[in-house]
Formats: sequence, C-alpha cells, structure tokens
Amino acid sequence: MKSGQALRELTRRDQVFEFLIKPRPPELDVRHNIILYLEALNKSFDGFKAISNLNLYIETGELRCIIGPNGAGKSTMMDIITGKTRPDSGQAWFGQRLDLLSMDEPQIAEAGIGRKFQKPTVFEKLSVFQNLELAMAQDKRVWPLLLTRLSAEQRDLIDEVMYLIGLQALATDPAGKLSHGQKQWLEIGMLLMQKPALLLVDEPVAGMTHQEMERTAELLTSLAGKHSVVVVEHDMDFVRSIARKVTVLHQGNVLAEGSMADVQNDPRVVEVYLGE
Amino acid sequence: MRKRMRERTTITMARSLLSLLLFFLLGGCPSPSLSAVQATDEPTLQDAWKTLTDKSYRNKEKAIAIIARNNTAEAYPVMKAMLEGKLYFSARDKALFIVEKQGKNHKFTPLFGGKSITQTNKHGFDKVKINNRLRTRLRQALAQLQLRHPDRDLRLTAVQELLKRPDPGTAGLIQDVVKKETDPEVRTAMRTLLAINQLDSTDRNKQRKAISELAGSLNPSALNALSAYRPTDATLKNLASAAIRNINERRERYDRAEMVFFGLSLGSVLALAAIGLAITFGVMGVINMAHGELIMIGAYTTYVIQLLMPGHIGLSVIVAVPAAFVVSALVGMAIELSVIRHLYGRPLETLLATFGVSLILQQAVRSIFSPLNRSVETPEWMSGAFQVNEVLALTWNRLYIIIFCLIVFATLILVMKKTLLGLQVRAVSQNRLMARAMGVRSKWVDALTFGLGSGIAGMAGVALSLLTNVGTNLGQAYIIDSFMVVVFGGVGNLWGTLVAGMSLGVINKLLEPWAGAVLAKILVLVFIILFIQKRPTGLFPQRGRAAED
Amino acid sequence: MGMLDLLRNDKAGRWMLATLLLVSVLVPVLNLLVPQDSAFHLSTYAVTLLGKYLTYALLALAADLVWGYLGILSLGHGAFFALGGYAMGMYLMRQIGERGVYGDPLLPDFMVFLNWHELPWFWHGFDQFWFAALMVLLVPGLLAYVLGFLAFRSRVTGVYLSIITQATTYALMLAFFRNEMGFGGNNGLTDFKDLLGFDLRTDHTRIGLFLASSAALGLAYLLTRYIVCSRLGLASVAIRDAESRSRFIGYRVENIKLWVFVYSAVLAGIAGALYVPQVGIINPGEFSPLNSIELVIWVAIGGRGTLYGAVVGALLVNYAKTYFTAALPEVWLFALGGLFVLVTLYLPKGIVGLRRMREERA
Repeated sequence: MKSGQALRELTRRDQVFEFLIKPRPPELDVRHNIILYLEALNKSFDGFKAISNLNLYIETGELRCIIGPNGAGKSTMMDIITGKTRPDSGQAWFGQRLDLLSMDEPQIAEAGIGRKFQKPTVFEKLSVFQNLELAMAQDKRVWPLLLTRLSAEQRDLIDEVMYLIGLQALATDPAGKLSHGQKQWLEIGMLLMQKPALLLVDEPVAGMTHQEMERTAELLTSLAGKHSVVVVEHDMDFVRSIARKVTVLHQGNVLAEGSMADVQNDPRVVEVYLGE
Repeated sequence: MRKRMRERTTITMARSLLSLLLFFLLGGCPSPSLSAVQATDEPTLQDAWKTLTDKSYRNKEKAIAIIARNNTAEAYPVMKAMLEGKLYFSARDKALFIVEKQGKNHKFTPLFGGKSITQTNKHGFDKVKINNRLRTRLRQALAQLQLRHPDRDLRLTAVQELLKRPDPGTAGLIQDVVKKETDPEVRTAMRTLLAINQLDSTDRNKQRKAISELAGSLNPSALNALSAYRPTDATLKNLASAAIRNINERRERYDRAEMVFFGLSLGSVLALAAIGLAITFGVMGVINMAHGELIMIGAYTTYVIQLLMPGHIGLSVIVAVPAAFVVSALVGMAIELSVIRHLYGRPLETLLATFGVSLILQQAVRSIFSPLNRSVETPEWMSGAFQVNEVLALTWNRLYIIIFCLIVFATLILVMKKTLLGLQVRAVSQNRLMARAMGVRSKWVDALTFGLGSGIAGMAGVALSLLTNVGTNLGQAYIIDSFMVVVFGGVGNLWGTLVAGMSLGVINKLLEPWAGAVLAKILVLVFIILFIQKRPTGLFPQRGRAAED
Repeated sequence: MGMLDLLRNDKAGRWMLATLLLVSVLVPVLNLLVPQDSAFHLSTYAVTLLGKYLTYALLALAADLVWGYLGILSLGHGAFFALGGYAMGMYLMRQIGERGVYGDPLLPDFMVFLNWHELPWFWHGFDQFWFAALMVLLVPGLLAYVLGFLAFRSRVTGVYLSIITQATTYALMLAFFRNEMGFGGNNGLTDFKDLLGFDLRTDHTRIGLFLASSAALGLAYLLTRYIVCSRLGLASVAIRDAESRSRFIGYRVENIKLWVFVYSAVLAGIAGALYVPQVGIINPGEFSPLNSIELVIWVAIGGRGTLYGAVVGALLVNYAKTYFTAALPEVWLFALGGLFVLVTLYLPKGIVGLRRMREERA
C-alpha cells in the first residue's frame, strides 16, 4: 500500500524530482531594515586575534565608514563577509535569511555583495569593456557563458557605467595600461555592474588626485540609498567629506560608533590615533 | 636402534674427553702415540691418518670420525684443508701435506714435521679427494671441534651449522659443552639444538621441556622440528601447536620490523633526495626540475673519485661526500646565476627552463661518460648485516643510509638555525623586500641557498651510487618522488620533508608484500595526489596569515 | 556568430586554416597523382609523418587552451593523448581477429601469450568502432573530470597542480607497464591490420588518416577559437590573471576550469586516437612525463595563449626533432634543452610573439 503510493509519487508527471531542481538561495530579506549582521565574530591567526567579539550592523541604504589603525581587523572583517576567510566563531547574516558563513565567494557575490579591494585588481590583459562585461550581473554558469552573446541592452548598460567612471574613451584599452586612479575607477565600475545590494569598498581613494577623490565621494554618496555602502578608508578628509555614521575598529573590536564629530571627540579614539 | 647409537655416542664422548684431558696433561704436545690409549676394537688414530690417503670414501669417512673423536691439534687444520681441497699426500710415502698457494708457487707443508717443499707444479702429490657425503661429515666434524674452540664466534657458527642439519649423532656432543658455555647467545643456540633432539626422547617430561625451550627460539630449525614433531599425546600436541603459533607470531613481528627497516631506508633515500629540493622549492619557491640531475652528478662524482683512488674503495666513498657536495653545489649555483635568477616570481617558467637544463646536463654527462651505466664499488664495511637475532638482520648499507640521512639532516638544521646564512635564508624566504631593506644581500643569499640545496642533492647522489647503477637517468627516477615528498611534508618545512620521506618509504614497503613493487608505488602516488587535494599545504603547513594568500 | 565572424579579428588563424586547406589538397595530389619517379612526388612515409605532426599540433592546441587561457600548466596532457590512443589501439587490436600470430579469433596475441583464456571485461565493445570512438572521448574526459573536480574544488593551483598532473601520468605509465593491466604491458598494442575495413598499409588509407587529422585540427581550432572568444573565454583569462578576484564577482572558478580542462583533455584524446593508426603502435612510453613536458615546450616555443602559436610550435619542434635525431642524435637533447632555457628566458611569447613585437615596433 505504502510502496504503491510511493511509486505513484515517483511517476507523477506534474512534478520534477527534487534533485533536478537547481537549489536557489533564499531571496535577500531586509524586512527589519538591516542588511548586514555581524555578531560575536572571532578570528585569530596563530594566536593573534585579528577579530575579537565583533558586532556590527549595517542598515539598508546606509553609507557607513569604517576607520581604524593598521591591524584593527578591517580587512579580515571584509574577508569574512565575502567568504574568503572563515571566522572561528560567531555569526554573519546577509539580511534575515542568508547565512554568509555557509556560502562561498561566488554565492556571496551572486547574493548581492560586491567588494572593491584595497589593491586594485582588475583583469589586466582584458580591455576595460571586457572587464565590465565580466563583472556584469548575469548567469555565470559554464554553458550560458559559452553560448550567450552581448545583448544591446547589456552594451548600453556597460556604456552607461563607462561614462559614469569616465573611461569610455579607453573602452578597448587593456586594463593593465590604466593609471592607478583609473584602475580604482574601473574597480568601482565593476562593482556597479554587479548591481550589489551591499558594496564593500576598501580604500577607494588611495592614489587618487584631489579632483578624483571629490568625484569618488560624490559617486559613493549618490550610491547610498539605492545600495548599502561600507567604506574602509584611511584618509580622514575623505571620510569627513562623506561620512554620516562612522565605526572605529580597534584590535578587532568596535571601539566607537557614531557621527564623525562624536567619534572624533571620543577620548578612547583619540588615544588610539595618538593625537589625530 | 637409535637408543643404542646414543649410548655409543656417550661412550665415545667420554673417550674423547679423556683423550682431551690427557692431551692437556701432557702439555699439549702433538703426539700420535696418544692413540695407543685407544680401545682396540677400532683402528688407531695413526691408522686413521693413513686411511685418509685411501681411495675408498667409506674408509675415509671412518677415519674422519676417528680423527675428530681424538681431536689432536692437527685435526682441525687437516679437516679444514680437506674440505677446501688443500690436503695432499706425497705419491712416494703417502705422507700428508697441506698446500698453500704463494704467487705462482705451491708450498707443501708436511703435517707431522719435516721440511716444506715449494714447487711450481703439483708433481709428486695427490689430492685427498672428497665427495659430498664426506663434505657433510667434514663440516659436522669441524663444527664439533669448533664447539670447544676458545673463540666465541667460531663456536657460534659451529652451533648454527649444526642447527641447519640437526642430527642426533652430533647433537649429543652438545650436552656436555653446553654446561661449560659462558656466552649466552651460543648457549641459547646449543640449548635449541639439544631441545630439538629431545623431542625424540621417550620421556614425556623431556619432550615437554624441549617444546617450551623451542617455543622461545626463533631459529628456523626449531620451527621445522616442531612442525615435524608428531606426538601421540594430545597435551603434547597442543603444547607443540601453541609453540608453533607463538614462534610464527614472533617471526611475523620481526618480519614486520624488517619491513619497517626497509621502509626507513627507502624513506631515507627519498628524504635525502628531497631535502635539497625542500630548500630550493620550499624556502626559495623555486621549482628546480634539474634537481634529479644534480643527484646524478653527485653519483658520477663518486664514480670519478673511485677511479682516481684505486685500491682505496672505503676511503674514496668518504672523500666523495664532500666532493659531490662541492661539485653539485657549483653546478647548482651556475644554474641559479645563469637561468633561475632571471625567472624569480614566475614558478612555471622556472620549471620549464630548469627542465631544459636537466636535458642539457643529461646529454652532457652522456657525452662525457658514454650512455652505459657505471657502477660504484661498495666498500667492505658496508657489506654484511647487523644480526639482531636469528630472524632479523639489518644490512649495513641500509643502516648507513639511514644514519647518513640523519646526519645530513641534522647538519642542515644546524646550518639553518645557527649560522648567518641560515638566518639570512629564512629572512629572505619570509620577506624578500624587508630582508633586503635590512641589508641582506638577497642575490647572494639566493645563490648560496641554491648551492646548498644542490650540494645536498649531490650528497644524496653519493648514497644512491652505492645502491644502484650510476646512469644518466638516475636523477629522473627520483625527481617526481622528491616533489611528492616535499609537497606531502608541507612546502618550506624541513622536518615535514623528513617525516614525509620516511613515512612514504615505510608505506611503500608495507604495501609491497601484498600489492607488488610497482602497484605499491602507484598506490602511494595516488594516495599523495588525493592527499594534496585534501590538504594542499601538506602535512605540516606553514602557518600564519601570509600563508593564506 | 558565424565562422567568418569568428575569424574576422584573427588574421593569423585565417592564414593557418588556409595553409591547412592548401596542404590538405596538395598532399593527396602529390602522393597519389604525381608519378613516383617525379621530383614532386611525396612519399607515403612523408605523408604519415605530416599526419603525425598534425596530431601533435592538435595536442599542442589542447594544451595551449588550458595553459595559455586558463593558466593551468598541465604536465600530464600526454596521459589524455595516450588514453585516446589506447582506446583506438584496442579497437585496432580487436580488428586483427584471426590474423594474429596465434590466430585466436577473440584474444589479442599478447593475451594468448600470457595464457589468458578470457577477454577482460574492459576489452568488450571495442570491436565496434562507434564504441571505441566514444571511449576515445569519454576516457580522457573522465580522467580529466575526476582529476579536475578534485583539484579545482580544493583550489590546488600553480606548481602544485602541475606536479599532480605529472604524477598522474607517471602513475599511469607505471600501471600500463604492468602486464596484469591487460594493455599489452611493455610492448603495448601493435601489429594493427585495418581500420573500418581499410587496410592501414595502403597509400589511400594513409592519405585518409592524414586528411582526418587535418580536418580534426581545423575543426578543433575553430571550436576552440569560439570558446576563447566567448564570454567563457574572457572568464578564463580573468581566472588566469586574478583567480580570487573572479570569485568575488561571482564566477564559479572550479566549474569553469573543470569544463575547459575536460574539453582540452578530450581534444588530446582525439589527437591520440588519430596518432595511433598512423604510427602503428601505442605503448606505455606515451605516458612518460617527458612527453608531456615536451609538448609544453612546443606551445611555449610557438607562443602560448594564441592557439595558432601552439600549432606552429608543434610543427616546428617536431620537424626539428625528426631532422636532428636522424642527422645529429647527440645534439638533439642539447638543442631541446637549450630551447627550453632560451624560450623561457628571452622569448616568453614564443615565435609568434616575436613577429608581433616586430609589427608593433614597425
């Protein structure tokens, strides 16, 4: 009786076997207006505590600056969020439903977290256009990659971004020939192509001229609202020019959080930065 | 029948003891007159000497028995000479001579005094001929004589000789000797021999004792005797089979120990071949495909040194160690300066270029030394074996390889830990830029490090030349294995290399009995390939944040 | 994207394909139609030699795809080549039938010699060409899949990967040397008679094999070129140059690597299958690590990451090898070794790069 039922279940035409369905990650859920939860994170390298009991929440559409001296754990935190490093303990959630610690780098990227690295890493042998084409949000599985061609819509999108980052004249140049600042822009452009819900931007203005810096500040502020943006930066002037809320990391822990003015007046922060 | 024989042997034993006693009392003078004391129902000793020249093997056999029983001073050398075919008698008066070859001449020394005769040919002398039956008898007789010899080693070989063919006649001799024996090893062997004989005893108690004695022995004869033992009694049968199980278990344990020893020696070869690579690959991040050829050059250096020092084989091997180090180190430094220097940071290109170098080196050596294999002579002190017990023998050459490997390794660790070069090497390998900023001349350090790694490869070549033929392909056979060892142990970790080499050697040897040599090797390769997938950083990975990138 | 579209930006590729086409017309004409005593006659030996070079070129093309575009220096591509060759060899072996020395209708000679009485299970089906052809694709592909699946998933890269591939081909060589494996041991498979009913010794069959090799090379070039120009090709280059960065923009690096690697292995297998009937033998020596590393130098000399460079390199080096080993056998290893060193030191882009450099300067 039971087996007969099971057989009937098996032969039902209107259903597909479970293992044939591509597992889809749950959608990003930001009902509580918080896009990133980091709770009680710990990570040590050979006894050195890079992250210790770190708690951090990023709201949707927020532009958050994270500052801190060298070795404060900023890069390690980014690594944990993007799946490069696994923490020893703690939790990291993207929205309500996505457990970042159970996902690998491509899954996290696909779920909507984009990252710009401290050292600009663009694909040097590929042209600016191709760099952007690769970064574009699209089906990144092997067959689709082999078969799909660039649609007019996608071309327009890339052109748009190239215009935004000011590289449209260099579309066919290999990215390796760009100046340092241009590479930074290209990285930001690639980040935009991914259409991420959360942007992690590591030292975006290193090696930029003052004008470029201003444009970057403009761009990042304009992005906030549509996206959530987390900026890690050393340049205090830059942070001052964009920051609404600042988090200070020290020894892998949140030392202070608040507006730039609040943070700057916090004696602990002053002590850490020795007179800044 | 057997019982009577035993009684007779006891009597003859007593007689020979008596004659021995007299022999000593009379100041040990070799006097044939002693034979007068002999009982009359047997031919005298003097007759026996004469009988040796007889044509009948049967008579000669009897004569040997008498000579052995009397055991005069001549008995031992004569029987030995006879066994070796050096006993002659003059055709004229049938006097016995022992012949020695001196250059082209033959020196005939008479047995019972008189002038020795030296001549180029053997005219006028006839050989005392023996057959296989006599040979066996002679060996046994010699063994019996040896049992009383003051030299402990001679006594031991004698007992072992007897153990190979235990027969009740000879074993009876032991009974008295064993009580006087002081050396524990000889005594154990003697007791085993006795016990083997006592298995045939009619006395159940004696049999039981014999079984328990044999259970403790590892001698193959003990096992054979126990297997052939057919008691009617169920208790004894059980005892015997328990003893056999016990012996087999212990033999297996020792066999396994031997496997591990083989494995360790193979592992030492692997580790030796790999240590040099661990430095160039691990510490410097350079893939040197010509590493095998540096080993090969070390082996050829040994060969050349031996050619240069004929007649000093033992010394030449010792000289070859530093020589091979220097030669290979120089070649290695030349490679570093001319090729690798220009390819730092491009590991795959380095791999290809050094592979090219390896082809050139191979062809160069082939052109110089011909493509034929050469062989290096093994010095005497490396042949033979260290006998742990009757089952387990550790051959000296394998033992020396292990020791050599450990010495090389210890020296290397010392160099890396205690010398300035070691410090600089570690500094450069950890952070090239920082080291340079601190005033380390990184280019020099690179060249020296590479030289050090190459030199060690050369020393590995010395060891290999003593194990296999020296050919141009010698190194190629080891390059993949060496890489496997380094990767398995964890790149940049010298201890890891040692442990990996040893464990791979042991795994290989333990697999061999049931998989065969080739399949064992394949299995080990597959194992490492899978292992690297699981732990790409090896057994002992370098830790820390830098290693994560 | 049509074929023309594919070649629009590929001048060198157009040249190469045109030459290939020209040779494919000329060679049969010179061999079959020109009388033997004419100076323009091309001997069947030369035809076979050319055919062999073309299979090497196909192998080099396969290796260049993974090395030049994906950054995987495979030192085990010879293994895929040999596996394809063995699959074809097994078919050819079964075709011998009763014409073997021992005249056994079922068992190949070496099995009779080893006193085997039954055909091992893995030899079944190889009497059918379609099955053998399928195996030519499947066996190398499967090995590449297993190896790649394990290695790429655990992110084994660079030198480690090279050494793993080398160890794989080495282990396979040792295994195929064993008689118990059932592949003819040391001697391998040989004494082939015919293929699909065509006698392998006739000129026509030789020409046919040559043309098949040429067609395979041409098609493989086009297909590979298509892959390289697709977004998959772009992603491959991205992975080659910055692997972790590609992950962070959402590419499943291990999958991309895996499928390109498998495709490349299949190409190598096809090359091996075309190689075996032309040279008439396949033995475990084809698995030797030396072969695999030598083919890498064909690619390096030609110029990697260009596809046509690999083809040019394979043809040039093998022609040189044939010439030197006959004329100056002592010099060959010096020359090959020297090439390795000089090309890596002074010609990182190969011969093709040399020409391109001159163009850029002009």
